[in-house]
Amino acid sequence: MTAILQTRGLTKSFGAVTAAANINVVVNEGEIVGVIGSNGAGKTTFINMVTGYLKPTEGEVLFRGKNITGLSPRHVTRFGVCRSFQVAQLFPELTMTENMLIACRMLSGKRLTGFAPLKTKESLQVAKNELDSYGIGGYADAVVATLPQGVRKLLDIAMAMVGNPALLLLDEPTSGVAIDEKFGLMDTVMDAVARSGAASLFIEHDMEIIGRYATRVIAFYDGHIIADAPTAEALAHPDVLQYIVGTQLHRQPAESHDHA
Amino acid sequence: MLTHDKTSRNLWLAMGGLLVLATVLPNWLSFITTIALSKGLVVLGLVLLMRTGLVSFGQGLYYCLGGYVVGISGSHWGITDVALMLAISICVALVVSALLGLLLCRYREIFFAMLTMAFSMILYGVLVKSEIFGSTDGFNIAQVSLFGWSPAVENLGLCVYLLTVVISISILQLLHRYVRSPFGYAGEAIRENEIRVEYLGVSPKQVIFLKYVIAAVLASIGGALTALVSGHVDPEMAFWTTSGEFVFIALLGGTAHVVAPLIGAFIFEIIRTFAFDLAPNSWQMILGGALLLIILFLPKGLWSLLPARKEGDQS
Repeated sequence: MTAILQTRGLTKSFGAVTAAANINVVVNEGEIVGVIGSNGAGKTTFINMVTGYLKPTEGEVLFRGKNITGLSPRHVTRFGVCRSFQVAQLFPELTMTENMLIACRMLSGKRLTGFAPLKTKESLQVAKNELDSYGIGGYADAVVATLPQGVRKLLDIAMAMVGNPALLLLDEPTSGVAIDEKFGLMDTVMDAVARSGAASLFIEHDMEIIGRYATRVIAFYDGHIIADAPTAEALAHPDVLQYIVGTQLHRQPAESHDHA
Repeated sequence: MLTHDKTSRNLWLAMGGLLVLATVLPNWLSFITTIALSKGLVVLGLVLLMRTGLVSFGQGLYYCLGGYVVGISGSHWGITDVALMLAISICVALVVSALLGLLLCRYREIFFAMLTMAFSMILYGVLVKSEIFGSTDGFNIAQVSLFGWSPAVENLGLCVYLLTVVISISILQLLHRYVRSPFGYAGEAIRENEIRVEYLGVSPKQVIFLKYVIAAVLASIGGALTALVSGHVDPEMAFWTTSGEFVFIALLGGTAHVVAPLIGAFIFEIIRTFAFDLAPNSWQMILGGALLLIILFLPKGLWSLLPARKEGDQS
């Protein structure tokens, strides 16, 4: 397998606080990596550094062997690294279709022209198909500010995916989504990722979701990586049990059957 | 979509109507209309910035530059051709806004507003100290011509009226397309969420820079036309109250449609004219009261009085 993303000694300090220290991560083509860790462990800081939103204090980020450290988010995006956000970053006063149209047009890399309309028969059809493929086409004409949280999260991810990225970074795709909707949302997203063949790295707090979708897990604790292994192995790692998952909460399947 | 556009058709009709009206309009009304259309162009540029989430309190800078370039090219460089004067005005605005835009595109909100105001006040300060340009009095515009033809002095107002109608409606046609184009929507996207725009691979600074330059060019055309119709320029054009007036008109008209600023400007000029006639010493109070009512009852401007249009018809 070839590495699509590699970070070497990535470190970020905010004054005396070290949010991430010596992060070495490799993501291979087509791989689905889950990232776990308690709040403040440095997961989002990691994504922010990879996508250029934060400049690392030290270390480097390689995308397909090319050094992309310190590039701005828009340059990183053009390399084919897209991300979604913990809190959906949308254009709230515009309609869902308009959000999607803008994303399609901007990510296409074509110059933004000032004469031909954004809304044409073709572009509207493309946007509609995109929204439909995430199962949110029914809200197409609704203003985003009025949408339920789960739909907003899906739109946020859909807008990151329309550029056909080679690597998709999902920052807590299911946060703020009702428990019984989480799996549906993740199925939709992971289907889309599988269709596109992109590699994906997602931050998640729900261990059931991690267990179901991730092939490998990276565990963060206090700015450090404490485990990086295939899912089952990582979740059974003593440090992960102690600091993140917790032994009490990590019930054995037999035990949970008793309660059910 | 383009061929069956209602706004586009209505704009051509409006242009025809305004040109025909020239034969019957009394002088004072055609003068007000010319001023309103010229100022409307400045406000149109301001509205483009406002749709991007930025309020410029310094459009007077380019309004004044446009006017002074017309005046100076007539009285100091011996140029009388209106087309050439306008072209020079636009070029000067392009150069100045491209320079200032490099700095301004890094600022947002109140910082953007204050910086734009500061730059226009610098021009004001320079002009007030420049005796060669008449200091605080300004100076008069020399006789002008259009492609070698010089209109008689009594017909000048009418000619500028016709010219202004043609120019402003043509610009409206372009901008009506523009606001619905990808670049037009980029402005709204930036207003709504700059981070997302950055993560979609587009530089918000570049977009803002270009919009600032477009707004500057529109303001300079407005200033040039105002200078031509009033036959006079003075440093007041760059004073912050002039820029404030443009913001006032933008709020009055609303930002929802490209025609709104021009209608706002017309109503503003009418209110001011009659307020001045009614209360020569306290006319500002009437204007202020009008603005207060608009903000209280029509926060989206006079344009929001119109029933909401169908999707696709909106700008």
